[in-house]
Amino acid sequence: MHPDDRVLFEKSRPDLSAVQTPKPALPQNTSAHSIDQLLPTELRRHASIGLPGVGQLDLTRHYTRLSRKNFAISTTFYPLGSCTMKYNPAVNETVVTDPGLADIHPYQNEDDLQGALQLIFDLERYLSEISGLAHISLHPAAGAHGELTALMIIREHFRKQGDNERRTVLIPDSAHGTNPASCSLCGFKTVELKSNSEGLVDIDDLRLKIDSNPGGIAALMITNPNTLGLFERRIEEIAKLIHGAGGKVYMDGANLNALMGISRPGDFGVDIMHFNLHKTFSTPHGTGGPGAGPIGVTDELEPYLPIPRVVQEGERYRFEEERPHTIGRTRAYVGNFGVMARAYTYIRALGRDGVRRVGENAVLNANYLRVLLEKHLTVAHPRLCMHEFVLTARRLAKEHGIKATDIAKRLLDLGFHPPTIYFPLIVPEALMIEPTETESKATLDAFAGAFRQIMEEAVSNPDLLHQAPVTTPLTRLDEVRAVKQPELRWRP
Amino acid sequence: MRPADLRYLESHEWVRLEDGIATIGITDYAVEHLNDLVFLDLPKVGDDITQGESFGEVESVKAVSELYSPVGGEVVEVNEPLQEDLDPLSKDPFGDGWMIKVKVSNPADMESLLDPTAYEKVLEKDA
Repeated sequence: MHPDDRVLFEKSRPDLSAVQTPKPALPQNTSAHSIDQLLPTELRRHASIGLPGVGQLDLTRHYTRLSRKNFAISTTFYPLGSCTMKYNPAVNETVVTDPGLADIHPYQNEDDLQGALQLIFDLERYLSEISGLAHISLHPAAGAHGELTALMIIREHFRKQGDNERRTVLIPDSAHGTNPASCSLCGFKTVELKSNSEGLVDIDDLRLKIDSNPGGIAALMITNPNTLGLFERRIEEIAKLIHGAGGKVYMDGANLNALMGISRPGDFGVDIMHFNLHKTFSTPHGTGGPGAGPIGVTDELEPYLPIPRVVQEGERYRFEEERPHTIGRTRAYVGNFGVMARAYTYIRALGRDGVRRVGENAVLNANYLRVLLEKHLTVAHPRLCMHEFVLTARRLAKEHGIKATDIAKRLLDLGFHPPTIYFPLIVPEALMIEPTETESKATLDAFAGAFRQIMEEAVSNPDLLHQAPVTTPLTRLDEVRAVKQPELRWRP
Repeated sequence: MRPADLRYLESHEWVRLEDGIATIGITDYAVEHLNDLVFLDLPKVGDDITQGESFGEVESVKAVSELYSPVGGEVVEVNEPLQEDLDPLSKDPFGDGWMIKVKVSNPADMESLLDPTAYEKVLEKDA
């Protein structure tokens, strides 16, 4: 390892410091304010807190050096798509760092928070217009939290109806893993729906699973477009079947990017859904946050939304807590306000037509890249896709021993971040590619060029692919050991 | 290499029935396609399991997969050491890599399962 790659603690020298702390303003050791009187000795730390000592310039170099090792949306094409990061316009950051938004607190007088409350109120209106669902709650902290909140609302709805037999949630086999996890947390039993050869919900299997559960279906959790990047063309029929069985249709809004301004879940039969503000409406996220997973509901489910709500009275906005049917509080205050402010800025900057163009360009870019890559690798479901598509390296694995992992690792050498691999689970050796709306034709062409090179190498020099990546600081990691014996902190 | 006396599910579980006791595991094909295995979660002795429903989970570095039961009945033995060390599952999925033994409540469960020829056909279709 290069000496500059050591962690700060290893570089530490006790005589160095990047900051100079001011002398304490409080009087020291006077009899009236002896530190022992202020804080008893047993409650005080007596040893050093062990911060590393480095000079300011060394500290700057340390972090700049680290940041240059990043594969990031600001340095390279990122076909992981919006799940990890799409382009986050810089204007969002200008807005959220405005002291009027950044330095306020929910316990301030409501009169001093009118701007923030209006932002929340208006953002709810915009999301309502985009989704076709009448009411929005911005509380949930991220997508899976939105799923959980929505399922709690569905459970509460049936409980209020005195209908306690609805314990089953249907979930397609292409779904995100969070869907069954949220059900499990909420006490629902999940039943998996098969996909047909087109990659869409198998209607016959859906009928079968509905019929074998009379009076037991609480909901269907459906992602549309689904994780294969395909629009569920029979969504209205699917919704009718679920409604006919007395259940609710929940939409996982993870892939809303493809629909924005074009098609509205509320119009095709969805009763309740979540949005990923951090994903669709551009907030820097990934590696755990921050996110926001608002939910949208129909009039029927509105009484159960979490508190507090922001309501408008004449010209004034206020928090409302008195809601007899609410599921209660799901989050401190009103959620991750910074993410909301960015989403608000994003929507306002784009306007109605701009939001629609996001959806159109996301779909256009995905289809352009799909057709380019089709020459090199099999597309799992070769037809028009939405914002993403899934390739399968199954034949390549069989004929040349080159797996999806090998392709992904080699892309790193060629200057591209790898796409999602091995998901969705129903496609063997899957590579899921989501270019997003902001990539230029030149970038997509260059990515396809890298793919072509890798396919040639698969035949001419397969060992190179098995060894890849060769240009990164570390090459293949021991994934089994990382799962079984995780070392989560540096130790001397 | 696949023993001739087994029956299979399309989801790649195998079962061998001897004197009313079914031994259950997953096939070499499943093991190969799951990639590197990291965890295995099996039921306890005395648990009741249902044909076609999940009796446990196997986790690889790529995903968590449900294990589906080819037959219904009461679990009478669990391959405990396998949960600590998954090596036998990779090396000998039809032998030391067995997972659970079940006292079958309805022997007719076996009739709905795939015989070796039918299972080979499933794999061919998959390939």
